Amino acid sequence: MGAIERISGPLVVAKDMLGSSMYDVVRVGNDKLIGEIIKLEGERAIIQVYEDTSGVRPGEKVVSTGKPLSVELGPGILSQIFDGVQRPLTIIKAKSGTFIRRGSDVEALDKRKKWQFHADKKIKKGTRVGEGAILGYVDETELIKHYIMVPTGINGTVQSIKSGRFTVSDTIAVVKSGSKAVKISMTQTRPVRQGARFKTKIAAEVPLVTGQRIIDTLFPVAKGGTAGIPGPFGAGKTVTLHQLAKYANASIVIYVGCGERGNEMTEVLTEFPELKDPKTGKPLMERTVLIANTSNMPVAAREASIYTGITIAEYFRDMGYDVALMADSTSRWAEAMREISTRLEEMPGEEGYPAYLPKRIADFYERAGRVETLGGPIGSVSIIGAVSPPGGDLSEPVSQGTLRVVKTFWSLDAALASSRHFPSINWLSSYSLYIGALQKWYDDNLGERFLQNRGKAMRLLQREAELKDIVQLVGEDALPDTERVLLEVGRLVRENFLRQNAYDEVDAFTSLKKQDLMMSAMLHFEEKAGEAAEKGVGTDNIMELEVVKKITRMKELKEDAVEGEVKKILLETDSQFKKLVAEHGIEEERVNS
Amino acid sequence: MKFEAEYKTIGKVSGPLVVVNSVKNAGYGEMTRIKLESGEERLGQVIESTDTFAVVQVFGPTSGINIKSTSVSFLGDTFKLGVGEEMLGRVFDGQGRPKDTKAAYAIEKTRDINGEPMNPVARQMPSDFIQTGVSSIDGLMTLVRGQKLPIFSSSGLPHNRLAAQIARQAKVLGKSESFAVVFAGIGITYDDASFFIDNFRKTGALKRTVAFMNLADDPSIERILTPRLALTTAEFLAYEKGMHVLVILTDMTNYCEALREMASAREEVPGRRGYPGYMYTDLASIYERAGIAEGKKGSITQLNIVTMPGDDVTHPIPDLTGYITEGQIFMSRDLSNKGLYPPVNPLGSLSRLMNNGIGEGKTREDHRGVADQLYGAYARAQESRSLSAIIGVEALSDSDKLYLKFGDDFEKRFIAQGEYEDRSIEQTLDIGWELLSELPENELTRIKREHIEKHHLKYKGKAKVEKEREEKKEAKKKEK
Repeated sequence: MGAIERISGPLVVAKDMLGSSMYDVVRVGNDKLIGEIIKLEGERAIIQVYEDTSGVRPGEKVVSTGKPLSVELGPGILSQIFDGVQRPLTIIKAKSGTFIRRGSDVEALDKRKKWQFHADKKIKKGTRVGEGAILGYVDETELIKHYIMVPTGINGTVQSIKSGRFTVSDTIAVVKSGSKAVKISMTQTRPVRQGARFKTKIAAEVPLVTGQRIIDTLFPVAKGGTAGIPGPFGAGKTVTLHQLAKYANASIVIYVGCGERGNEMTEVLTEFPELKDPKTGKPLMERTVLIANTSNMPVAAREASIYTGITIAEYFRDMGYDVALMADSTSRWAEAMREISTRLEEMPGEEGYPAYLPKRIADFYERAGRVETLGGPIGSVSIIGAVSPPGGDLSEPVSQGTLRVVKTFWSLDAALASSRHFPSINWLSSYSLYIGALQKWYDDNLGERFLQNRGKAMRLLQREAELKDIVQLVGEDALPDTERVLLEVGRLVRENFLRQNAYDEVDAFTSLKKQDLMMSAMLHFEEKAGEAAEKGVGTDNIMELEVVKKITRMKELKEDAVEGEVKKILLETDSQFKKLVAEHGIEEERVNS
Repeated sequence: MKFEAEYKTIGKVSGPLVVVNSVKNAGYGEMTRIKLESGEERLGQVIESTDTFAVVQVFGPTSGINIKSTSVSFLGDTFKLGVGEEMLGRVFDGQGRPKDTKAAYAIEKTRDINGEPMNPVARQMPSDFIQTGVSSIDGLMTLVRGQKLPIFSSSGLPHNRLAAQIARQAKVLGKSESFAVVFAGIGITYDDASFFIDNFRKTGALKRTVAFMNLADDPSIERILTPRLALTTAEFLAYEKGMHVLVILTDMTNYCEALREMASAREEVPGRRGYPGYMYTDLASIYERAGIAEGKKGSITQLNIVTMPGDDVTHPIPDLTGYITEGQIFMSRDLSNKGLYPPVNPLGSLSRLMNNGIGEGKTREDHRGVADQLYGAYARAQESRSLSAIIGVEALSDSDKLYLKFGDDFEKRFIAQGEYEDRSIEQTLDIGWELLSELPENELTRIKREHIEKHHLKYKGKAKVEKEREEKKEAKKKEK
């Protein structure tokens, strides 16, 4: 037990701390504020405190818990909202009302609630089980089975196991590990700063389908992959992440609101319980865990929130689930690191950030991946991290550190956002390095046409951008119709395929199949328009075709109606162009004669 | 009564900071009273406490502080403000002392000025549309009760007039509830301060207003307190008295500069452009105090003014503000130079809570579509403009010419309006439709078909529109 020697904001120096280890959790002062040792100097410990330190005085006690910062994992974690150090905010609200009082000592999991545990029938007395082996499950929510696994460090033979109604701390099995008989409950604790172990990493080869057209068709991310989404304020980072949290086809979604607005978390909390899983019709909240450390909550807990989130994600991965973690925003996490580093008077690196920032970013994203877990099943954690670069300038350290490690880059564009083109993902500067790895999946599930169309669309958009540069210099009238028509089709694709309204009931989510059909119809139109322009038909005449109206409104088609409607659109495109070209031919002959 | 030791052990004075030696256990953030030889007293706050000394930041000048004779006493508590309903109608200085008269007000509660973070679980999603009567705001970046929406402006632009107009006209349709305005002048000039006070007085809002005034020549360190005092008062009025409070903080740029001044006095490692690395967190502790709490009657809406140094939106102050607030109203010098009031440029503006406050039953079913289409068309008009600057208007395609005209009309009829003109949301949306109806119908892809059929002038019947317009003209003539 030590005593406080110095207080400066979230940083507290305590003396007489000999015997405590790095990253031990401590309780600071009379209010027992939660803190973590981040530096040791002789008998002094330097502690970052996860709560407001106002009023704390030198001389007050500091007690080490002897354990590193950990999360408690077990049934009852889903559909919860926690703060950065895994305290359930609903319980804090019940205890202290509208505002968060500090020093709240609440448990992460409800210790009184009883859950029906179903022991795995294959596991009997004498069965050898190792770390991560699945002993049974609890139907935690109607969507998700919560598997109970053998905790880290335990390998041995089962002495007893029983089904029944238990609390999370009751013993459900006894395993003889080495010479000891270990009682296993449905709770396990894991330190947050250390990645969970697994057997092997395996290649990502299945896309995380998000229902967002520009993402799924042009810049997909794989299950177990990483994506960075940097953008200036107002570019739509949060809306995009919310869309992914709602519609991505992951089994579990962990949403970390790190240093962002309180109302954004409230929005998630009000919206998600009302949104239904398309497959089962159950509320999406049942597969979601929220970590909220908003911008006005203590800064040190913000630093921890990212780790809390990823540790929970790994836990569900180990059960064999595909988990998607959204972190909004990793810049606030980095800034929290910077603030602590500044107070430690460490030599700053770029822009005041600590020199170890890139390493920490890389370590975080490396915890993503598709793995064969210790228990056997295959699970994945995908990480999608928002970055908030100051002034939208991507040369700053957090953006650069992120871009070096993520494989998908969605570049948000302020100009697009200001013209209300959302999602404002720039199609020229974004990229996805997963195309190759996902090719087989796309070919098998959607046919080779899908990726071929993707290539065509990318070329069309690139060509359109080049032409636009020329138009800036010479005007559109100076271009031949074959090129003017490209400009028009480019606009058509941008406005009606890439642009997607997150607030429209139908448009908010587009299945891969519908994306494929929409893109095919647009490219078919492009082909026909190109042919017509070659024959001398004017661009204005082409764009006035009746079918254009239908193509621009394909996004409004309901999923079950798309196939039929697109078939009609293809036929109408053919017939209307045929008619147009024929009329043009007659007109030309008349002029010539 | 708590024992108050007086220390005459000042070891160092540097900028606004005083180091007091032999202090064993000052609380972090504890308030102190500094007594000069002349008998003058100043307030200070502990910003670093150790078991041998404490660093005190003085709210006010450090002139006259003397290592030999000045004494410092520690008051045992953090900065607290006594709040009460009788504060309404009063003017306070930047430290919360009555400024208008010496008369005391009844203190009902004492509150720490830093407040406590609101639990996200206890927040209620803001969704009541506030009609400001300003078309550009109501139509395109709708303000919602409980929102924090700053005005990004620049020196020389009429942000004060717009803020006053909003304070004057803002109402939630169909509801009459008790409201209040809390105004914090942070480092503003006497002229600006009296502009607001006169404005409130003229409209009769003054008796519903609490004003905190830190003027340009008041100590800059005091600016750290002023917005917090205002918000502490606002929280009391909103959550304990059930009032809907509009908080106007002006100018947040002065606040940030005071923050930088303090950071450099503390010899902290500077972040971007010398501003401290924790400025984001610090600003959040102010802006995030807007909102609505579940189960409480009142609300806090923030309308803050940020003047962008050098008109630069990437400057750390507007940049960090934009990352915290729920959108921004962006004022443009170009529009102002064209003689347009209010010079609100929709392309830089945004309201993140707009979707919650608009649509059927709140404003009108076509609101979202109209706003999106106007944004899109105005953005396109800008492209046509820059094109015409290079190749000349004559060389533009017909469609570019059309958008060029749209851009001009949009600025003149939709954005521009009178300082005392209070437009209803229907009027605003109808002007939008008049403008959009001039564009090719095929290009209105952001609006739902059914809404086009209902509101587009072509379908609405031009005759009817003409008639309405005539009637309005008649009515105006009569008014004159």
